[in-house]
Amino acid sequence: MRITQGQFSFLPDLTDEQIAKQVQYAIENNWAVNIEFTDDPHPRNTYWEMWGLPMFDIKDAAAVMTELQSCRKVYGDRYIRISASDASHGWESLRMSFIVNRPAEEPGFDLERQEVDGRNIRYTTRSYATNKPSGQRYSS
Amino acid sequence: MNDKSETVTGKDRYKAGVMSYKKMGYWEPDYQPKETDLIALFRVTPQDGVDPIEASAAVAGESSTATWTVVWTDRLTASEKYRAKCYRVDPVPNSPGSYFAYIAYDLDLFEGGSISNLTASIIGNVFGFKPLKALRLEDMRLPVAYVKTFDGPPAGIVVERERLDKFGRPLLGATVKPKLGLSGRNYGRVVYEALKGGLDFTKDDENINSQPFMHWRERFLYCMEAVNKAQAETGEVKGTYLNITAGTMEEMYKRAEFAKELGSCIVMIDLVIGYVAIQSISKWARDNNMLLHLHRAGHSTYTRQKSHGVSFRVISKWMRLAGVDHIHAGTVVGKLEGDPLTTAGYYDILREDFVPKNLEHGVFFDQPWASLGKVMPVASGGIHAGQMHQLIHYLGEDVVLQFGGGTIGHPYGIQAGATANRVALEAMIFARNEGRDYLAEGPEILKDAAKTCTPLRQALDTWGEVTFDYTSTDTPDFVPTPTAS
Repeated sequence: MRITQGQFSFLPDLTDEQIAKQVQYAIENNWAVNIEFTDDPHPRNTYWEMWGLPMFDIKDAAAVMTELQSCRKVYGDRYIRISASDASHGWESLRMSFIVNRPAEEPGFDLERQEVDGRNIRYTTRSYATNKPSGQRYSS
Repeated sequence: MNDKSETVTGKDRYKAGVMSYKKMGYWEPDYQPKETDLIALFRVTPQDGVDPIEASAAVAGESSTATWTVVWTDRLTASEKYRAKCYRVDPVPNSPGSYFAYIAYDLDLFEGGSISNLTASIIGNVFGFKPLKALRLEDMRLPVAYVKTFDGPPAGIVVERERLDKFGRPLLGATVKPKLGLSGRNYGRVVYEALKGGLDFTKDDENINSQPFMHWRERFLYCMEAVNKAQAETGEVKGTYLNITAGTMEEMYKRAEFAKELGSCIVMIDLVIGYVAIQSISKWARDNNMLLHLHRAGHSTYTRQKSHGVSFRVISKWMRLAGVDHIHAGTVVGKLEGDPLTTAGYYDILREDFVPKNLEHGVFFDQPWASLGKVMPVASGGIHAGQMHQLIHYLGEDVVLQFGGGTIGHPYGIQAGATANRVALEAMIFARNEGRDYLAEGPEILKDAAKTCTPLRQALDTWGEVTFDYTSTDTPDFVPTPTAS
């Protein structure tokens, strides 16, 4: 399965040229650009690992692309996303977030159902990948 | 138009008997509204032969302290402060017989944090006043001091996006159809297909409550199965607006608690439940980390005709104060009423922190919101994937686009319909960010995206250029005029 988090998961995987254009859009809006990676794609896993600090004050998407290449070299078997932080008053949160790298295989999620009182069901979503310890999840 | 004050003062003011409203002090053309005053702008259509200033003064009087005759008990109060003051009356452009009346109300006339109290004054008796043919509340300026007495939306746009982990694009939804008749099990099927196909939300319709064909508990249980399953199938946060509208507040709380117990992230209410119920459930939503969706059922009965009623821009202001996270606010291009400029005015009122006066949008006053949460507008009714470029152009990024028929009516099924909408949306945002002229190139962008997405191609083939091109009834009174160079 293909997880569909982020802005562009329903489009074909983005090329580096396309990623750079989206990053440039963020830069032109004065948003800081973040690169984050994870091997736990649970929809409620908010805090992916940061690849360095958010990139403030950059003028050109090339700087981000260089960092993305370095991140891919180390964590190319995991999910990597780019997001953009807007510091303006009244927002002070993300303005963009999209996946730029995926594991070769995405095993998906198990939905556990615990039947409780009155036909109620407690649901737990668990990534099949997280059966293994972090670091061993997507590389064979 | 703005002639002198005729206010009678001293002993003569309180002689028993009937006195015109403008003589009683409800017409004060020299009055400078204070920063803390509430200001209301009414469209007043007096009966034939009634002086427009007197009619406007009467509106001020009847919506504040006056009654039909002089009463001595006014003298026991600081009555000059409590009188609403009409300070300006202008003829409505291109509309003989109608006038815009500006009326200022002292802050002390209102209880903080109560829309009911506000509306009991401003749209109370006065709308039935005999000397008027018609009356419409067009806009209000709410002072910061008053705004600060409300909590506003339980989450607001930014917090909603953080909770859903969805940024940088409009959210996508669909209302389950048919509106009525589906069993709980069948209903959940529609929810699952739509969410798995790519929508963020599905929605109960306004009149889905608890009927013989589907009791509310059945709906809630099957919907949450659908939400959780779709979440696991996509790895993405999903939600469905569970409509908790019911006959009593007690029953609404009961349904809300059950939605919470089942792990829903959002509940929904209808505007017809009333201002008190909306404010109560808003507090509940705030206490329970729940998003609150408002369907504006019933509003067109009083918002649509320009001559009489309450403008939707005023309803938008009241609902932002009352505290909802979502409100239906028009699509411009869909099947329901919505002039583009007027709709832009509503969207600004819901989403901006400071809304400047903009007569072309029907916005008569600067409105500071003092960091009150922002309401996510919802565009719903007769929209489809082929209009994606126009929707983003008119409505922007912070909006829920709801394609009910445009999802469920897809010839190859609900999932295909949902996927078509999601692909169209992502492709258009992607093109916009790349700096393309997406409005002009919209059809081409969609056609290109359809090359790798069969469901989108099928959607475009089915609905192509369907539009609802009718003249709007509620349009701005001020049109831009070119200035001489």
